[in-house]
Amino acid sequence: MDMKRNYYEDIRLFSSGVTFFWFVLLMAFLFFYPFIFKNYYVYMANYIAINIIVVVGLNLLVGYTGQISLGHAGFYAIGAYATITLMTVAHFPFLLALVCAGLIAAVFGFLLGLPALRLEGPYLAIATLGFGLTITTVIGRIEMLGGRQGLHAPDLIIMGHQLGTDRQFYYLVVIITVLLVVFARNITKTKVGRAFIAIRDAHIAAETMGVNLVLYKTMAFALSAFYAGVAGGLYAFVLRFIEPELFNLFLSVFFLTMAVAGGLGSVMGPIAGAIVLSFLDLQLRNILSIPYIGDWLRHLSASYFSLTGVSNIQFIVFGSILIAIMLFEPLGLYGLWIRMKKYWRTWPF
Amino acid sequence: MIDFLQMVTSGIAVGSSYALMALGMVLIYKASEVPNFVQGEMALLPVFIAYMLIYTYGQSVFMAFFGALIFAMLLGCFLEFAVVRRAKNPNILGLIIITIGLEMVLLGFVSWKFGADQRVMPFPISSYSSFMFGNVYISTLDLLTLVAALVIMISLFLFFRFSKLGVAMKATQQNETAARLMGIRTNRVKMITWGISATVGTVAGLLLAPVFMEPYMMWDPLLKGFAAAVIGGMTSLPGAVFGAYIVGIVEHLFGGYVSMEYKAVVAFAVIVIVLCIKPSGLFARHYVKKV
Repeated sequence: MDMKRNYYEDIRLFSSGVTFFWFVLLMAFLFFYPFIFKNYYVYMANYIAINIIVVVGLNLLVGYTGQISLGHAGFYAIGAYATITLMTVAHFPFLLALVCAGLIAAVFGFLLGLPALRLEGPYLAIATLGFGLTITTVIGRIEMLGGRQGLHAPDLIIMGHQLGTDRQFYYLVVIITVLLVVFARNITKTKVGRAFIAIRDAHIAAETMGVNLVLYKTMAFALSAFYAGVAGGLYAFVLRFIEPELFNLFLSVFFLTMAVAGGLGSVMGPIAGAIVLSFLDLQLRNILSIPYIGDWLRHLSASYFSLTGVSNIQFIVFGSILIAIMLFEPLGLYGLWIRMKKYWRTWPF
Repeated sequence: MIDFLQMVTSGIAVGSSYALMALGMVLIYKASEVPNFVQGEMALLPVFIAYMLIYTYGQSVFMAFFGALIFAMLLGCFLEFAVVRRAKNPNILGLIIITIGLEMVLLGFVSWKFGADQRVMPFPISSYSSFMFGNVYISTLDLLTLVAALVIMISLFLFFRFSKLGVAMKATQQNETAARLMGIRTNRVKMITWGISATVGTVAGLLLAPVFMEPYMMWDPLLKGFAAAVIGGMTSLPGAVFGAYIVGIVEHLFGGYVSMEYKAVVAFAVIVIVLCIKPSGLFARHYVKKV
């Protein structure tokens, strides 16, 4: 193991030249991605990138600060609706609207953080869950936000260029994602991040050492909500149409699944989790067209189950993933990666 | 005034089914310290088993219900034995995630088998007939739910007070290590607790099924039952029942006097208010945690 000898080595973004090389390679790959792959895969990349934003934000809250949230779909919805409304009603340019939407979500996050100061465990779970459900119900009743009918996204114009296709939108999403991920990674290395971790590990000890619980817990909620809000704003333009039913409880659970599957308490883990599970999610939506498995499932459904309900297999798959990870590798994909690295480093022994 | 009484009566009727869910939740929370998100689906699967017993295997309604209750008992025991017990030094987040995972798996199987169609569970009592007490109507099914809830509450009370197993359960909940040292098989006790909890939930499910039956039917009772349990403090059986009736009554009064549209979410406003005043519920004895 390479030892960290001083603070600056610890906070450095790239721990070695090799890491920097991989980073450059990744950026190059992301740059050429739309030229290599078909349109559908570009759409998929957008979807994955947006999920990465949410999950990295959620991980700051759940993984680093140790506060559970089952209401992130609520912040996501706030971000999506705020972005579109600010653009259509107040005629904000897109990027400004997106940042404002993130800030609005952050304000809601701050407000949710206040009762969360006194709650933990199941109490916090039910409070955040209630928040998520309430937000969608309230949005569904407001006429200005389209009510149950939903809202259409306006045209997306940035500095005079109209971004109409997934391909054009792709670069915007990727740039924002990379910026937010790097920001999250840097936060975990600062005073704020260390305060989060201290709260997670022992909040009473942290308070005794002078960590301001009120400030940092609400900050974790606000920060996490900001990420979800920005992602929601982007998601509105990927779908081009949003309605309250999109932001249901299952979405919150899905975000949590991605964070947990990737590995809580690391930055890279949730990214891996978001990539794998979003990909799986898109594939499972039309499960019957997967080669081999699809035919077998069709046969199985026709004889023992029902063909109309076959899309529900994705519940079974995600549920099994959650259980399996908790039982066998609580640190998720990140834990697996660490274990594999250790295994090969000390290989013959 | 009559309106008011009517609303309170309906609230109590609805509250009874929440109470059953909340009871199941509290039983499990006390035994394994899990906020049990699979409570709803532990009831859902037996309800659909009963449906299958009636339609596919031609059993009578009573036989089917009996079968469903037995199945629920086994299912609860199985889930504890096969999954929850296997978690390696779990923290609360991990346990929440495991139960959410179980919930998704069971829901997935039920809706794979039955689709999203609305179904009708045959029931000996019609949900349209009703009684009248003074000026207040109560449907026969609601009355039955109320009676069933009361019977279950009383039998749980007697069970915990007088039976050997019940006392063993209480001992396990209070101090697991001490209970084990006294010769109680705590693992088995926990397993049976899950079974009982699933059975209690299934009673609620079977009583809800004649009105509304589809794979998502247990979501609302689950969330309201959870809310009720949280109001009651998660560890107190009378508290859970009390919380359930509060949720039911407040919901109906809010629906009647303020706004029908927000009726579904008012329960969560209630719990946020309650939790802000008493962070661990109304009935929980406040334990001071050792650092």
